[in-house]
Amino acid sequence: MNSQTDALLSVRNLVKNFELRASSGIRKTKRIVQAVAEVSFDVKVGQTLGLVGESGSGKTTVGRSILQLIQPTSGEVIFEGQDLTKMSFEQLREVRKQMQIVFQDPFASLDPKMTVGSSISEPLVVQGVSGNHEEKVAELLDLVGLASDHAKRFPHEFSGGQRQRVGIARALALDQKLIVLDEPVSALDVSIQAGVVNLFADLQKRLGMSYIFIAHDLSVVRHIADQVAVMYLGKIVEIGDKDAVYRNPTHPYTKALLSAVPLPDPKVERSRHRIMLEGDVPSPVNPPTGCRFRTRCWKATDLCASEEPQLVVRSAGQQSACHFPE
Amino acid sequence: MMSNSVLQIRDLRVTFNTQLGELKAVRGIDVDVEPGQILGVVGESGSGKSVSFLAAMGLLPKSATISGSVKLDGEELIGAKRKAIRSVRGKSLAMVFQDPLSALNPVHRVGDQIVEMIQSHQDINTHDAEKKAVELLEIVGIPQPDERARQYPHEFSGGMRQRVVIAMAIANNPKVLIADEPTTALDVTVQAQILEVIQRVQQTFGTAVVLITHDLGVIARVADSVNVMYAGRNVESGSVQSIFDHPSHPYTRGLLSSLPHEGIERLQPIAGFPPNMLAPPSGCGFAPRCQHATESCNVSLPPLTPYDDLFTSCICADELRIGRVS
Ligand SMILES: Nc1ncnc2c1ncn2[C@@H]1O[C@H](COP(=O)(O)OP(=O)(O)O)[C@@H](O)[C@H]1O
Ligand SMILES: Nc1ncnc2c1ncn2[C@@H]1O[C@H](COP(=O)(O)OP(=O)(O)O)[C@@H](O)[C@H]1O
Ligand code: SF4
Ligand SMILES: [Mg+2]
Ligand SMILES: [Mg+2]
Repeated sequence: MNSQTDALLSVRNLVKNFELRASSGIRKTKRIVQAVAEVSFDVKVGQTLGLVGESGSGKTTVGRSILQLIQPTSGEVIFEGQDLTKMSFEQLREVRKQMQIVFQDPFASLDPKMTVGSSISEPLVVQGVSGNHEEKVAELLDLVGLASDHAKRFPHEFSGGQRQRVGIARALALDQKLIVLDEPVSALDVSIQAGVVNLFADLQKRLGMSYIFIAHDLSVVRHIADQVAVMYLGKIVEIGDKDAVYRNPTHPYTKALLSAVPLPDPKVERSRHRIMLEGDVPSPVNPPTGCRFRTRCWKATDLCASEEPQLVVRSAGQQSACHFPE
Repeated sequence: MMSNSVLQIRDLRVTFNTQLGELKAVRGIDVDVEPGQILGVVGESGSGKSVSFLAAMGLLPKSATISGSVKLDGEELIGAKRKAIRSVRGKSLAMVFQDPLSALNPVHRVGDQIVEMIQSHQDINTHDAEKKAVELLEIVGIPQPDERARQYPHEFSGGMRQRVVIAMAIANNPKVLIADEPTTALDVTVQAQILEVIQRVQQTFGTAVVLITHDLGVIARVADSVNVMYAGRNVESGSVQSIFDHPSHPYTRGLLSSLPHEGIERLQPIAGFPPNMLAPPSGCGFAPRCQHATESCNVSLPPLTPYDDLFTSCICADELRIGRVS
């Protein structure tokens, strides 16, 4: 994790708090959502970091903070050696040409009144890129497996899978080095999802960009990622090489999460041991002291309430934050 | 097919009158739900899973034209008087949906809503109904059910709300519980809890369950038998083991092999996308995406045909089964 040599992106101690203004009686109270709490990780050149965890764990906030779409409360986002959090607006505009984000909902991310071609070339226009945009659009459509005459059509004329391809073409318009994919296949049928996942893999092989792949579907992440980070209530509880984390999870939450995923095999499903977690994820407004997972953890002791566990190396390329690792 | 079904559907057809023309959502399906069993219904989105069972519940809008037969314990529901259907709905036949809030009244305490559900079908005084409501909340695993009964829906988390809705659905000890994507909006650890609740209801009360889902892992975990739907038809049905062991319809096979699993390099999507049900193909609905399709597939809809322990609607199922083609 510390080797900076081949890291395209290094996130260090990233914190994002949201202030909720709620009025209770006459007094205005300020409540703070600790959406992301001291998160650090690297993304290597040409590799994929999978970011998993239950909803509300802070995955989207991490993604948006990296692109400076929201301003982190503190911490560093170092992209190719430069800290984005300290950049001027003008400087950011330049580096933003190299990063993009793709969202889950292919409907919401495309303007219904714009042809698909204009949507795809929009980033080129915004960034003031000169040259033949029509040709570039045709090339991008071809790259994502659509025909060049699709450029003249409108989003409603496309199926969900096709719309997601358009969103990807748009994200690729500026030869990105980093693409944050926020639940990019969650809205698609598995039969369609498989093609989009293959497309991500192919594009990475050809163009060499890095991905942060955010998803709640752990099987898809296992397929596409090189490293995986597991988040719980704003914290990374386990991070490491995909195979290590999936084969030998060392944090109780990772273990429980993996055991809850339904596998498409009746014999396996009916014979395997499942760890049932009680209750739901607590509120990030007042997260539990010590280990944030302790209220649902079957191993928790007094120590877990009083002292926050730090990320500790468990095996080569694998760290987890637990006082009583598996 | 067996005849001791508690819910028996024959040649059910649903057509919606839309501005763009007639949308053929369900095109002749047969369903048999055995007492005390869990039937999993899986398929592409838009394949008619929800509409089929909304039709059985008498919950479709006026724009729907319905034909065929739906018998609950031998009693015909299609064409039955409104009053007769209302006495069945919520009593012998109950349904829960993906969004529990759609079934809950935000301004009433959850306990009162369960009481109302009990009293609308049973002659029972309020005191006893209240006691029963608390018991039901306990059965679905809600801690401190006494206190929780006095709370409002917004005071519950998503998973707890889904439990409340299940408690309401089983309030009158239905013969069949239809659960339409009940865990789709939930995190996997909460999904595991809800699936356990559904299994507990089935085992404790002998309730038959129809579990509609797009997740083959969920099917593998809890279903006894499976119906696979595509383009308004049942394309394959059989025991859960037979569906996973030797799927014989090209769609079932495609669906299973499009899933990510350990050790595969590349996912296998199903090419193309589902047909427009305003103008469905004249023959097999899957033919436009099927790699085995021949001229004859486009001639007429292949009927569900028995092959050992499976019913498959594909003219080349026989060859697929014995592995002459892959
Ligand atoms: N703009 C915002 N204002 C207040 N709270 C927010 C905002 N965005 C996210 N949050 C909260 O931050 C936490 C993390 O959210 P998010 O990053 O969206 O999680 P995930 O993507 O893992 O589901 C959640 O509790 C969420 O409610
Ligand atoms: N109220 C409605 N009016 C018109 N079309 C509808 C209506 N409800 C569903 N449909 C259409 O019927 C088809 C089947 O839908 P549905 O049963 O909801 O699919 P799913 O298998 O995803 O549950 C789809 O083409 C859908 O668009
Ligand atoms: S630190 Fe304690 S509470 Fe946290 S995961 Fe480890 S054992 Fe459980
Ligand atoms: Mg998110
Ligand atoms: Mg549906």
